Amino acid sequence: MLIGFQGLLLFCAATDGLGFQSLGDYSENLIEIRDLKYSREPRPIFENLNLTIRRGEITAIMGPSGTGKTTLLRLITRQLIPQQGAIYVDGVDIATLTQAQLYTMRQRFGMLFQNGALLTDLSVFENVAFPLREHTALTNRLIRHIVLTKLHAVGLRGAADMMPSELSGGMARRVALARAMVMDPDILIYDEPFVGLDPISMGVIVRLVRRMNDALGITSIIVSHDVEEVATVADRSFLLSDGKVAASGRPEELRTANSELVRQFMHGMADGPVAFHYDAPGYAEQLLGRDTE
Amino acid sequence: MNRVFQDIYENAVEFARTFGAFQLFFLRLIRHSPGMFVGRFNVIVMQVYNAGALSLVIVMVCGFFVGAVLALQAYSNMARFNAEDWTGVAAAFALVKELGPVMTAILFAGRAGTALTSEIGLMKATDQLSAMEMMAVNPVKRVLVPRFLGGVIAMPLLAAVFSAIGMFGAHLVGVELFQVDVGSFWQQIQLTVRMQDVNEGIIKSVVFGIAASLIAVWEGYNTVPTAEGVGRATTRTVVITAITILVFDFMITAAMI
Repeated sequence: MLIGFQGLLLFCAATDGLGFQSLGDYSENLIEIRDLKYSREPRPIFENLNLTIRRGEITAIMGPSGTGKTTLLRLITRQLIPQQGAIYVDGVDIATLTQAQLYTMRQRFGMLFQNGALLTDLSVFENVAFPLREHTALTNRLIRHIVLTKLHAVGLRGAADMMPSELSGGMARRVALARAMVMDPDILIYDEPFVGLDPISMGVIVRLVRRMNDALGITSIIVSHDVEEVATVADRSFLLSDGKVAASGRPEELRTANSELVRQFMHGMADGPVAFHYDAPGYAEQLLGRDTE
Repeated sequence: MNRVFQDIYENAVEFARTFGAFQLFFLRLIRHSPGMFVGRFNVIVMQVYNAGALSLVIVMVCGFFVGAVLALQAYSNMARFNAEDWTGVAAAFALVKELGPVMTAILFAGRAGTALTSEIGLMKATDQLSAMEMMAVNPVKRVLVPRFLGGVIAMPLLAAVFSAIGMFGAHLVGVELFQVDVGSFWQQIQLTVRMQDVNEGIIKSVVFGIAASLIAVWEGYNTVPTAEGVGRATTRTVVITAITILVFDFMITAAMI
């Protein structure tokens, strides 16, 4: 009877009033962004952005610097709130969630930040164990097993006792990845996961992203500039420009697209619709003119 | 002229907005505080250590010299009226009622307050607070409340240590250096300093502890997440805390006279 009661409690905790998991809400689209508008004074970042992320796929969000890729991730996870439009996660408009509901939803997310964002006063082991200690009542022995398994997956089981300040940038990113997946999330979000990694680590991470996505049946969102790596791992890519989706499709489709912007970005060309130079007066005029001294 | 009024109006609105947010922030800290004593007492103890024990040396050194200089001043001035025996009383009153809480709070702001602000500010600048949010962990509850409570608990203890070491400094100068009779020195203090005077010091140190810790965590949490932003926030912590403490000191003293 006690087991039955505990089972009921677990079921209630899992469904927790949100209805995220209910079979009735199941659709192929996990995240839908509709008519999103967001601006950071003085310039608009997104103007009527529409984008759909499919369940179980690896979706890449690419675009030139300053197009708002990281901002989009923060909007999807409601670290920022859109000024207009809506973002639906499993059919739920995340702007309508209370704080408690939002935290319940975020337990389904794992996020790898650009700089790792490890907690500097905790060891590598404790960083990875942090979400487990906060959200579960697992025994220390079980937490140890889970943490070591995740650290092994990223090749850093031997660094468990090190402090974040002792890690290289690439190692910190791998520890952060272990932490992001320690709660076995439904959605893993990677913000520039390949920056600063050596080729070996990069290859391992690319394979790990693919393997986790397929083996665990999760949905992955990658924000990255690395066209080559993204091409090997992503199922679909979105190219953002001027606050909208400029192109979308499989990486090979983007490579062969006719759009000048897509070609410039995918092939890394200096000349094209995206100017390399920020708006400035004429070069000679500025170098020789007296008024700018 | 319109522009001047416009600026004044905008600044007044901004001040009201910031002050309102500050009050709400304080209420959030208070709301989460009782739970911390039950579930995470060890975290609070760690923060008391960080804010209190690590400030102990600076507080003791300053306390000693403040007590010593008070005794010097008191002796040299009281000697004009043949009242050298009152040296200890003058030092005790000044330490227990005023300089103990005030000086400790200012030292606390300079050592522990700046450490709190820069630590929280750097956590913000390196996305650690955002990462907690993404792990469904409330950073106010997990990071700010323990640090706030650690400061609130540590401050009165530090003020007590400051006053005690200050009295030791006063004793060395008054009794050992100027040969004031040791019996008179301490008996005058016992006869003159009442519990009410000690309470005034305790109340001040608690209020200053709340103010100093609150300002430190507020500034850290609202830092502009850049190196320059953290530097500015740290400076603001010291300046605002010092002014706030002196204003509160006047108000509490006026209320208790």
